[in-house]
Amino acid sequence: MTRPKHDPAAGRWRPPPLIPNPWWRWALYLGTLGYLVLAFGTIDVDIQRVIRGMERVQILFAGFLQPDFVSRWSFIVEGILESVTMTVVATALGIVLSIPFAFGAARNIAPLPVYLFCRSFIAVSRSFQEIVIAIFFVVMVGFGPLAGVLTLAFATIGFLGKLLAEDIEDIDARPLEAIRATGAGWSKQMGFGVVPQIMPRFIGLSVYRLDINFRESSVIGIVGAGGIGGALNTSISRYEYSTTAAIILVIVALVFITEYASGIIRKRVQ
Amino acid sequence: MPVSERDGIPIWRKRTPRQALLTWLAWIAGLVILVICFRFISGQTLWFFVTDAPQQAADLVDRMFPPRWEYANRLWGALWDTINIATLGTLMALVISVPVAFLAARNTTPHPIVRGAALFVIVFSRSVNSLIWALLLVSIIGPGVLAGILAIGLRSIGFCSKLLFEAIEETDPRPMEALESTGASGAQVTSYGIVPQVMPAFAGISVYRWDINIRESTVVGLVGAGGIGLQLDASINSLAWDQVSVIFALIVVLVIGSEWVSAKIREAIR
Repeated sequence: MTRPKHDPAAGRWRPPPLIPNPWWRWALYLGTLGYLVLAFGTIDVDIQRVIRGMERVQILFAGFLQPDFVSRWSFIVEGILESVTMTVVATALGIVLSIPFAFGAARNIAPLPVYLFCRSFIAVSRSFQEIVIAIFFVVMVGFGPLAGVLTLAFATIGFLGKLLAEDIEDIDARPLEAIRATGAGWSKQMGFGVVPQIMPRFIGLSVYRLDINFRESSVIGIVGAGGIGGALNTSISRYEYSTTAAIILVIVALVFITEYASGIIRKRVQ
Repeated sequence: MPVSERDGIPIWRKRTPRQALLTWLAWIAGLVILVICFRFISGQTLWFFVTDAPQQAADLVDRMFPPRWEYANRLWGALWDTINIATLGTLMALVISVPVAFLAARNTTPHPIVRGAALFVIVFSRSVNSLIWALLLVSIIGPGVLAGILAIGLRSIGFCSKLLFEAIEETDPRPMEALESTGASGAQVTSYGIVPQVMPAFAGISVYRWDINIRESTVVGLVGAGGIGLQLDASINSLAWDQVSVIFALIVVLVIGSEWVSAKIREAIR
């Protein structure tokens, strides 16, 4: 760290700049400015369309002040039920399937070919957004919540597999060695040497993923994979903003509850 | 330590009989919930369409290969839009999340009621997925890059504010006290006492969220909000699966590239 220059003539101390080298600093400023000019240039706004849209903003706000739960109540209930059941089944399935991938993707316990296979599977699962995966499963198994379950389970494998594998790689190797020294087999080494060390984090991550899966289950319905997203999409494209507001408020409330509950559970296990 | 006795020999147990019973009951309850949820999903599924899923998947993969690589030449514009949506959306979120975070942090909020309002903004923004924001904005201001930027921005406000206000709450109060004792005004205490302490966290949060936003901006186009998702949607609708595979390849490269950039920058900050 360079000492800030004190200039007695100016009589004032100035905080040191973030980037000490002036050349780099000015290059960065100019580069940022140039990028912003270019990027803002790509936004083509249809002013007329935006002005017409402002009326809809008012209707939308009015909708949030007076949400209409009643007229589409049966669709909302069915959508939410689908979202919740999809979340539960997909999280359970995803957790069970992610365990072998997590063990396979940990370099300290898996042989190289298994490691490479599991790591690449996890990378594919993490690169794509849930909604893109959902398109695939909808093509495969048809419209409905089953496609959603498969999507969320697939995404869960990537998420849990990666984080859990990193956790397994960070374990203390000594208990594992001690158990190996007693002549225990592979399954006993894992069960008594590895699992107890990763269990608290495993539970925490699973609960966190349950939370994420519920959030995602509210959008994959846009492409037909079940859940509340379908009803939401319909209500927006029919400009029934008071129903839209009702659905969004239900989602926000449920997300808030699950987040609160998962926070409590995670605090208790960690 | 629970010990049971059999034939006069003490045997070590992990749990007391009561704990064991409760554990079993919890597992059974979980399984029952899972089965109920699965039956609900099964009832919503047309199993007839599921029977030929492997064949459908094989067919799909068959049609995706070989990819039509020359199609990539028509995607560079969309890719540039995607990066701009993520970057400008992140900038917008950062500009808004700074005041929200200061209002939400316990040690800088002017009043508990203001804090409650700021927390509500954070929860609301975080629980509505960027695709839902995109759906709403496309129907309000029309399709285009602007809707994508606003959707990504609105979704990111909650995330950035939450992490930032937690960082503000964890600051060391002693520099602030020292500044106050010199007679510094409130703004001076904030800019010389708090800002330097949260600056590294702020930089880390912005890069981390930018990385997430790159992923999300690849799909907001599915509902019309600009970027490469528009081309993806068009290719899927015209069943041009050999173009879809080109888009997927570009998305994977973009996502891995942005992850690398963000990891490098965060390493440099630390």
